[in-house]
Amino acid sequence: MQTTWDWDFSAEIFPRLMEGMLVTVAVTLIGIVIAVILGLFLALGRRSNQPWISYPTAWFIEFIRSTPLLIQLFFFYYALPQARDLPRWLTTWPAFITMFVALGVHYACYASEAYRAGIESVPKGQWEASTTLNLKIKTTWRSVILPQAIPRSLPPLGNYFVAMFKDAPIGSAITVQGVLFVARATQSASFRSVEPYTLAGLLFLAVSIPAAMFVRRLERRVAYESD
Amino acid sequence: MPKPGTAGSTFEGRHLLDDLILNSNQYKNLMEGTLVTLQVIAGSFALGTVMSLIMGVARLSSRSWIRGAALIYIEFARGVSAIILLFWMAYALPILFGLPSIPGMLAGILALGLNMGAYGAEIVRGAIQAVPKGQYEAAIALNLSNRDRLREVILPQAVPIILPPYGNLSIEVLKGTALVSLIGLSDLAFETQLLRSGRVRSVDPVNLPFLYLNVLIIYLILSQVIAYLFRVAERRSARKFVSV
Repeated sequence: MQTTWDWDFSAEIFPRLMEGMLVTVAVTLIGIVIAVILGLFLALGRRSNQPWISYPTAWFIEFIRSTPLLIQLFFFYYALPQARDLPRWLTTWPAFITMFVALGVHYACYASEAYRAGIESVPKGQWEASTTLNLKIKTTWRSVILPQAIPRSLPPLGNYFVAMFKDAPIGSAITVQGVLFVARATQSASFRSVEPYTLAGLLFLAVSIPAAMFVRRLERRVAYESD
Repeated sequence: MPKPGTAGSTFEGRHLLDDLILNSNQYKNLMEGTLVTLQVIAGSFALGTVMSLIMGVARLSSRSWIRGAALIYIEFARGVSAIILLFWMAYALPILFGLPSIPGMLAGILALGLNMGAYGAEIVRGAIQAVPKGQYEAAIALNLSNRDRLREVILPQAVPIILPPYGNLSIEVLKGTALVSLIGLSDLAFETQLLRSGRVRSVDPVNLPFLYLNVLIIYLILSQVIAYLFRVAERRSARKFVSV
C-alpha cells in the first residue's frame, strides 16, 4: 500500500500514459471528422420538407442525445456482433474503430444542432435574394447559406469537440488503449493508483484547458465579426 | 400465442416481440439498477446545484481572490473530464489523503456533482449577468443588503434564464451516471453488463441487441422525464413574472 507520491514511478509510467494520450487524441480527431460531416447531413435532413426524412432524422438525433454514450458503445461492441442474420463485416469491428464511430455519431447529433442554429441565423432576405436571382437550390446552399451559417456554428462546434475529447476515455470500457486504459492497466499491475490517475488528469487538463481557451477566443471573434 | 423454441438466441423461429420484451426477472434486475442510477443522479444533481449557485455567484464577487478561486475550480472540474475525475476520486483520492476507501456511491456523486457544478456555475454566471443592470441599481437605491439583493431581486429573475440550459445539463449528468458502473457501482449500466455476461441466471437466453435496446429506452424515458420536469418549472417561473 502506497502512501506518498513516487517521482521515479511517475517518470517510469509517464511515456506509456503519453502513448495512451495519443490514442485518445487520435480517437477524438477521427471522431471530429465524422461528427462534422455527418452532423451537417443530419442538420439538412432535419430541415428537409419531406416528412419521411425530417421526422426520422429528428427522432434519431433526440434518441442519441438522450442516451449514454457508454451504453451506445456497449451496443456497438458487444450486442451488434450477436445479430447473426446481419453480415459479419457490418456488425463486428475492432474496439478502436467502434470507439471513433460511436463517438463521431454521438456528437454528430450535437453538431447538427450547432449547424441548425447557424443556418437559422442567416437572414431570410438571403433566401429571398437567392430565389430572385433564380439560383438552383444546390447553389443557394453551397454559395449563399452555408458560407454564412458555418462560421456562426464554429464556436458551439468547438465546445462539442472539447466535450468529445473529454468523453474519449470512455473507450477504456471496450478496451480502447487510450490514456484511461493505460492508467487502469498500470493500477492493476503495480497496485499503485495515485500516480497513474493523477498524471492522466494532468495530461487531460494540459490539452483541454488550452482547447477551451481557444474556443472562447473564437467565440469572441465570431461575435465581433457578426456585429 | 404459442412460444416457439426458446433454445437458440438467434432470430430464427422467434417472434420479434419475444425478443424485444425481456422476461420479468431481467426487468427486475434492470429496475434495481435503475434505482441506483436514480440515487446517483439525485445526489449529483443536489451537489451540482449547490456548487453551481455558490461558484456562479462567486465568479462575480467583488473580491478578486474569491473570483480567482471560483475560476480555478471551474477550469479544473470542467477540464479534467467526468470519467477521469471519477476514477481519480475512487482510486487516487483516498490514498492521497490517507482516507479509508470511499464508497463507490460517494465517489460517483462527488465526481459527477463537482463536474456538473463547474458547468452549472457558468450558466448561473451568464444568467446573473443577463439581468438588467437597472435592477442592481434599484436594489442599491432601496438600500437592500448584498444578500437580499441577490436573493430577492437578482436570482429570481435569473432563474427563467438558468432553467433551459440547466435542464440540458441535467440530462448530460444522467448520461454521465452510466460511467459509475465502471468503478463497480451496480447501476443500470452495470446490471446490463451482468445480464450480458450471463452472471445473472435467467431462464431465457438474452438477445443482446434487444437487451441493450431496452436499456437505451429506459435511459430515454428518464431523460424525457427530466426534460418534462424542467419544462414545468420553466412555465411556473415564467408565470410568476406575468402576474406582477
